[in-house]
Formats: sequence, C-alpha cells, structure tokens
Amino acid sequence: MRSDRSASAPMGLKIAAAAGLLFLHVPILLIFLYAFTTEEKSYQFPPPGYTLKWLAVAWDRPDVWAALGLSVRVASIATAVALVLGTLCAAAVSQTRFFGRETISLLVILPIALPGIITGIALRSAFSFAEIPFSFWTIVLGHATFCVVVVYNNAVARFRRVSGSLIEASMDLGADGFQTFRYVILPNIGTALLAGGMLAFALSFDEVIVTTFTAGQQQTLPIWMLEELVRPRQRPVTNVVAMLVVLVTLLPILAAYYLTREGDQVAGAGK
Amino acid sequence: MSAITQTSILEGRSGTFARLSDFFWRNPKILLFLMLAPPLLWLGIIYLGSLFALLLQSFFSIDEFSGLINYEFTLDTYRQLLIPSNFDIILRTVVMAALVTLASAVIAFPIAYYAARYARGKWKALFYLGVMLPLWSSYLVKVYAWKLILAKEGIFTWFLAKLHLTWLLDAWLSLPVVGGNSLSISYTGTFIVFVYVWMPFMILPIQAALERVPGNLIEASADLGGNPAQTFRHVLFPLALPGIIAGSIFTFSLTLGDYIIPQIIGSSRLFIGQAVYAQQGTAGNIPLAAAFTVVPIVIMGFYLWMAKKQGAFDAL
Repeated sequence: MRSDRSASAPMGLKIAAAAGLLFLHVPILLIFLYAFTTEEKSYQFPPPGYTLKWLAVAWDRPDVWAALGLSVRVASIATAVALVLGTLCAAAVSQTRFFGRETISLLVILPIALPGIITGIALRSAFSFAEIPFSFWTIVLGHATFCVVVVYNNAVARFRRVSGSLIEASMDLGADGFQTFRYVILPNIGTALLAGGMLAFALSFDEVIVTTFTAGQQQTLPIWMLEELVRPRQRPVTNVVAMLVVLVTLLPILAAYYLTREGDQVAGAGK
Repeated sequence: MSAITQTSILEGRSGTFARLSDFFWRNPKILLFLMLAPPLLWLGIIYLGSLFALLLQSFFSIDEFSGLINYEFTLDTYRQLLIPSNFDIILRTVVMAALVTLASAVIAFPIAYYAARYARGKWKALFYLGVMLPLWSSYLVKVYAWKLILAKEGIFTWFLAKLHLTWLLDAWLSLPVVGGNSLSISYTGTFIVFVYVWMPFMILPIQAALERVPGNLIEASADLGGNPAQTFRHVLFPLALPGIIAGSIFTFSLTLGDYIIPQIIGSSRLFIGQAVYAQQGTAGNIPLAAAFTVVPIVIMGFYLWMAKKQGAFDAL
C-alpha cells in the first residue's frame, strides 16, 4: 500500500477550507431568508417576522413577468445560436489540423476573457454606427457572442475523448458522413452539448453588463434587478425575484454537472 | 475470387445526401471551410469588427464646443487619460484589482489544496459543487446579498454587536482611505464584494495545478527535515504558481472591467468601468470612453503575455 496519502488534513487547513466555503455560501443563503421578511423599508437583521405575502405580491407584478419572459426568450435563442456555432467550431478544431487553429480558440475565448464592458460598448458603438435600432435581436446578438465559448469548451473536451477509430469504423462499415454523425458522433457528444447549452442558458439568463449596452428600453430580469438595486422601489419584491433567479440558475448548473461528471473534463471551467 | 475484388471497390453511393457525403470525404477542405465559416463570420464580423471600430474611435477627438466627434487622427484623447483626475481612476482600479487578486489567492488556496489532496469520493464532488454553485449563481444576486449584509442595519453590524466588537468596526470606518460612513459606501465594502464575486474563479485553476503535485513529494520534503512552512515555501507554492497565475487572469481582468459593484457598493469615486460608462452615456464622449477601454486591454495583453511565459495556460 502506498503511503503517500496521509489519513487526515491538518486542523488549520480544515478550518481555512471550511471558512472559505462558508464565505462563499452564506451570502446566497441569506437571500432566501430575506425573501420572507416582514420588514419593508430596510435590511434589518434579524428579520422582525416572517411572511409568505411577498411571493403573492411578486406574482401579481406584470413588470416582473415581462422581464422574466424576455430573459427566457433571449436566453433560449442565444443558446440555440451558441449551440450551432460552438459545435461547428469545436468539431473543426478538434477533428482536423490546419493553419491558425490556436488563433480560433483565442477568438472564441476573447469575448469572455476581455471585461464585459468592452464587449458591451464595442457592440453599442457598432450598432449606432450601422444605425441598427436596439431591439430584442440586438440583445440576442450580444448574448450569443459570449455564449459560444461555453458550448465550445464542453464540446471540445468531449470531442477529445471520442476516439477517431470509432468514426473510421463507422465509415468502414459503409455509413456515409451524415449517418456517422447521426449514429456515432451525436450520441457521443450529446450530453456534452446539453451541458454546454444549459450553462450557456444560465450565463445568458444572468448577464447584465453587456445587456445594459445592447438593450434599448426593454428590461431583461437582470436589468430589472439592477434598476431596483440603484433605485429601490419595493425591496421585498426584489428579494423574492433574487431568490427566484438563484433557483432558476441553480437547476441548469446541477443538471450540467450530472451530465458531464463521468468525464475527465470540467463542465463550467473558464466561465 | 473475382467476386471479392468486385465488391472491395464500391461504386459511388446514390442519393443526394450520400453523394454530398462522398464529396466532402474527397474534399475535406471544403467541409472544414463550411464548418468554420459560420462561427468565424459571427465572431469575426460582429465581435472583432465592433472591437476594431471602438479602438479606431479612440484616435478621434471630441469637439469641446459642439460636442460632435471630430474624425481626424489624433492622440489627444490618450493624452487626456494622463490628466490627474483620469489617471487616478486608472491607478485606483489597478491597485484594487491587484489587492483583490492577492486576497482571492489567499482565501482560495486552502480550499483548493484540501479539495486536491484530502477530499475523496463524495467529498470531492461536494467540494466541486460547493465551488461551482457560487461561481455560476447570479452576479447581481451576489452583489445584492452583500448590500443586505453590509448595510448599516444589516447582518454584519448585528454580528459584531453580538460579539461586542462594534468599536472595531467604528475604528476601521474612521480610517482615512478605506473607511466611510458605513461599509456599504466604503472602499472596504467594494473590496469585500469584489473578492467574494471573483474568488471562485481562482479556486479551480489552483486545484488543477495542485492535483498534479504527487503526495510523496510533500512527504519527501518532510523526510528531509522541512517543516510545513518550508515545504509550502519551497515545494508546494512554486508548483501551484502556474495555477495561481491562471486564476489571477480572471480575478484581475474581471475586477478591471467591472462597473456595477463599485456603483452599488462603494464610495462615489470612479473605477475604469464606471468612467467608460459615464463617458459613453451621459457625457457622450465616445473617443474618451474608447481610450479608457484600451487601458484594460493593454494591461490584460501584457498580463497574458507574462502568464504565458510562466506556463499558466497549461493549468487552465
């Protein structure tokens, strides 16, 4: 038996790691607490009482529903575009070697490596230069651009594991390129694409920095929240919406994790 | 015999799809072109095109009287970056980004080290999700949560009062630069929220680097008489450094460009992101806004170049 694993960690390390994880999680849990507070005007802690009233109030707010609807529609279309572009790019980069391959990886990652404000203001000045009015589609355009990288990362990692001999075997057995794609490649990369798509959806659903530059008068849910943060109108409703946003983004992340955990790659690495 | 030779060379397939597939098989370059064209056109035209258009604008200037953009090549706009009020913004942002990166590394290291060396099986998955969930959960909600915590009547003040440490908070807030009326309108508050929001990006690269350190290397160091501090200093830290640098790319870049956190939690003094936002919005000075965005691009370009030399990209 190898002796290179000591049985347990030093106490100091355990405490530091636990404290670090607590630091990451407690603030998010507090959101859940505040969604049920009876206090309306301030952020008083501990809350003087608990109520379910605000869930009903938020439910009846048409502006929340409109923002939620817009966010879901934008995220769906941006995810669809990112799925197509990211998969194509990943397939080309991983299945073939050609001049400028590294540059393409860099190009895909750039929209997320540079601060969001640069992407946002660049798109905004391009729209005004080309005299494109702000609309639903300008938001989608911005979102799809930075969602490509998430799909691309997941697909590239999976393509690396799909062995080339599998594809050759399919060809040898008489399948044409489309059949090979349909019956061999797609089943192999399916879960990675699903995971990438879900993360892209979560990313788009939550995006605020680029959106502030590419949306006109329309409010996505994050824009609505930002508005409430800068000029609070009804704090309890904001609390409820914040809780909702945490839940909506939580599910795709968990799903993406379960879809890709068998693999050696990391689903969301390098957001 | 002849039957075998006949079937070993197949005729071309019939049907549109089959013929198309054979065509691509014979001309893989065309298939490659067709696969790459949509993503490259999208990113090349929409993204790079806008980026270059923006950079180009930084070489124009704005006419002070009419407020219109003067389309003549000039470096005047860049000169404006160096006037004290603008240069202070750049300096403040870079110092903040450096401090946030440093603090993130210090907090992230124990988590990454524990996850890489001690966590096994179920615990490993739990650690992974424990980092991924905060990393991916909503940015605005995280900022909002800290507004709740740091508000004067919020949980942090309450917690310190329970510990009878309110005097400590008051003493800290009375300090000249980092203090303020309350934590939610001070540099300290901005710093805490920056660390909170970007720190998860530091954990995974460090963990990836530490996973590759064999456990017996640590034991060898101990066998040779190194105490834990020496082992950390001479064995663990140098091996983790590429991971730390890789993580710092995220923390540094994200802090440089952020404009929402200092706007919601912070003093009224501007950061680069806010300056860009103000210049392009209310001031309508696109050239100066563009020149401001060049600053993070140049800093990040230099940073990435340094990181590449240190081998940080292998740890991503």
